[in-house]
Amino acid sequence: MPLHKTEYKGVLGWIDQRMPTIMTEYKKHLSEYQAPKNFNFWYFFGSLAIVVLVIQITTGIFLTMNYKPDARFAFESVEYIMRDVPGGWFIRYMHSTGASFFFIVVYLHMFRALLYGSYRTPREMVWIFGCLIFLVLMGEAFFGYLLPWGQMSYWGAQVIVNLFSAIPVIGPDLSLLIRGDYVVSDATLNRFFALHVIAFPLVLVGLVAAHILALHDVGSNNPDGVEIKETLDPKTGKPLDGIPFHPYYTVHDIMGLGVFLIVFFAVLFFMPEMGGYFLEWNNFIPADPLQTPPHIAPVWYFTPFYSILRATTEPFMLVLAAGLAVYALLLFFTLRSRPAKFAVLGVAAVVIVLMVGGPLRLDPKLWGVALMGGSVLIFIALPWLDCSPAKSMRYRPAWHFWLLMAFVVVFLVLGYFGTQPPSPINERASQVGTLLYFAFFLLMPWWSRMGEFKPVPSRVTFAAH
Amino acid sequence: MSATSDAQDAVDPGRRAALVATGVVGGAGAIAVATPFVASFTPSERAKAAGAPVQVDLSGIAPGTMKTVEWRGKPVWVLHRTPEMIAGLKKTDGLVADPGSNRTAYPTPPYARNETRSIKPEYLVVVGICTHLGCSPVGPFAAGTNVALGENMGFLCPCHGSTFDVFKDKPAPDNLEVPPHKYLSDTLVLVGEDGKA
Repeated sequence: MPLHKTEYKGVLGWIDQRMPTIMTEYKKHLSEYQAPKNFNFWYFFGSLAIVVLVIQITTGIFLTMNYKPDARFAFESVEYIMRDVPGGWFIRYMHSTGASFFFIVVYLHMFRALLYGSYRTPREMVWIFGCLIFLVLMGEAFFGYLLPWGQMSYWGAQVIVNLFSAIPVIGPDLSLLIRGDYVVSDATLNRFFALHVIAFPLVLVGLVAAHILALHDVGSNNPDGVEIKETLDPKTGKPLDGIPFHPYYTVHDIMGLGVFLIVFFAVLFFMPEMGGYFLEWNNFIPADPLQTPPHIAPVWYFTPFYSILRATTEPFMLVLAAGLAVYALLLFFTLRSRPAKFAVLGVAAVVIVLMVGGPLRLDPKLWGVALMGGSVLIFIALPWLDCSPAKSMRYRPAWHFWLLMAFVVVFLVLGYFGTQPPSPINERASQVGTLLYFAFFLLMPWWSRMGEFKPVPSRVTFAAH
Repeated sequence: MSATSDAQDAVDPGRRAALVATGVVGGAGAIAVATPFVASFTPSERAKAAGAPVQVDLSGIAPGTMKTVEWRGKPVWVLHRTPEMIAGLKKTDGLVADPGSNRTAYPTPPYARNETRSIKPEYLVVVGICTHLGCSPVGPFAAGTNVALGENMGFLCPCHGSTFDVFKDKPAPDNLEVPPHKYLSDTLVLVGEDGKA
């Protein structure tokens, strides 16, 4: 059969005649992918996230060459890597620093989406894959954290796996299934090792590929929220405000990478433990199943959600039930379809009974788990919660921006209290934070429509530099 | 990278300089980062400690018998030769493949490049691994006690029949390896370390 026609010469032409996909995809995703020309600081974090993923996989591979996933040897093997393996300390610190930086980068990457409405139509699929990546990343970090088999590793895993026992009926058996034993043990360590090293990384790589493919199908958003595909050059058919990803953004992102690596290696060489936040002090003690350290806290990147879990106490259930009742009424008077109105009331009634209804109510412990899970999952709903006529914060009323900033502050405050031991102030602040956190999302269909919006231009704002 | 015409391909010298500079710095960075990863493949401190020289006490080895010790995971034989055994070495000069210990696959240390392949004639220190494919030979057999060796003394490798120190026309190409070693005293030999610089 005749070979594909090719425009390339030499070896490249030979390959292109036999596997045209390589150059087709290269053009589609790199040299001819039209990206908006007005990307700013917030647009570095996607490519940085890919880089950190590669760092974690590479350092992870080298760590598994010397790590022993056996409860008798795990802790010691990490110390062996740190002290006896040539360059081992560097590889280990790259992996632990990388883990924390992964979350810093991902949180900033998600914040960009909130700033510019990147999750809105037609980018819902990009956002959904992104939220799934976030969930899987949290799981990956959780499994990985058990592996050093320190005191924090052990007791953190014990607490989180025990959360599953709060589920009614199947809870305790589910925990037993997850642990593979009556308590976190060698069985748990070995299976978490397999999940952390192979299963979840494979899933993560697949999801990242899907995330990028979904993005490239619809085209990137930009700080102005302007759809560049709507204004094409009549001669070339390409967006007037578009530039080819390669070479402009490949070079741009390499520069961003340079800055990132400066910060990354500064931390790695001079403060890898980051005051006990990246490498917790308690984890330098081998796991002791008979003694819990006086103060357990999850790693810093889980603390906001942990605060929400801890805030859910018996008295707080009443507040939550009241809040739900008010919300149900709000929906009742806003929705137009009759079946929907009454469905909302029905569901709310059932949930309120399960929250506070005497003998039928579920344990606050379980509601804490539900709220914690909900606080992560609610991000998925953003494309449907955000009803603002303008995508980007730049064209929304100024107070929308301050509301978003307030949400960020609430997130950070919840995070702070999550690192602290329980106390009356901690409890109250976390409860207020929880209410504000959920209010930001759940009331968004109303507040995102309110205020004076500025006209959204048809062309991006860009000054040549 | 693209199929543009040659006229557009002339790279602006300023841009080229920036590309080269970035490439060089990036390359240096890549090498710097790769170094610990490649280094992690080399023996760790624990492996080096486990591979440390081994002391062998010679006082317990009766003449004609052999002691086996482990050094770097390998069996090292310390054979206390009798005067008859030493005398018998010359007789096999014509039958062995490398009487002068000149082959370089397992270089013989200078102090062992002699008739007895040792520092002291009465003690033979060799690595007990057949130079063919790695089995550990059986022995020592006194002269005339083993069919495969015939009238000679020596060692026999059961896997493919090589006899040592390696006779001609046997599968093994080289003599048994002499490990670096030195005598700390008349009754103590240190296997794994040379005395000579």
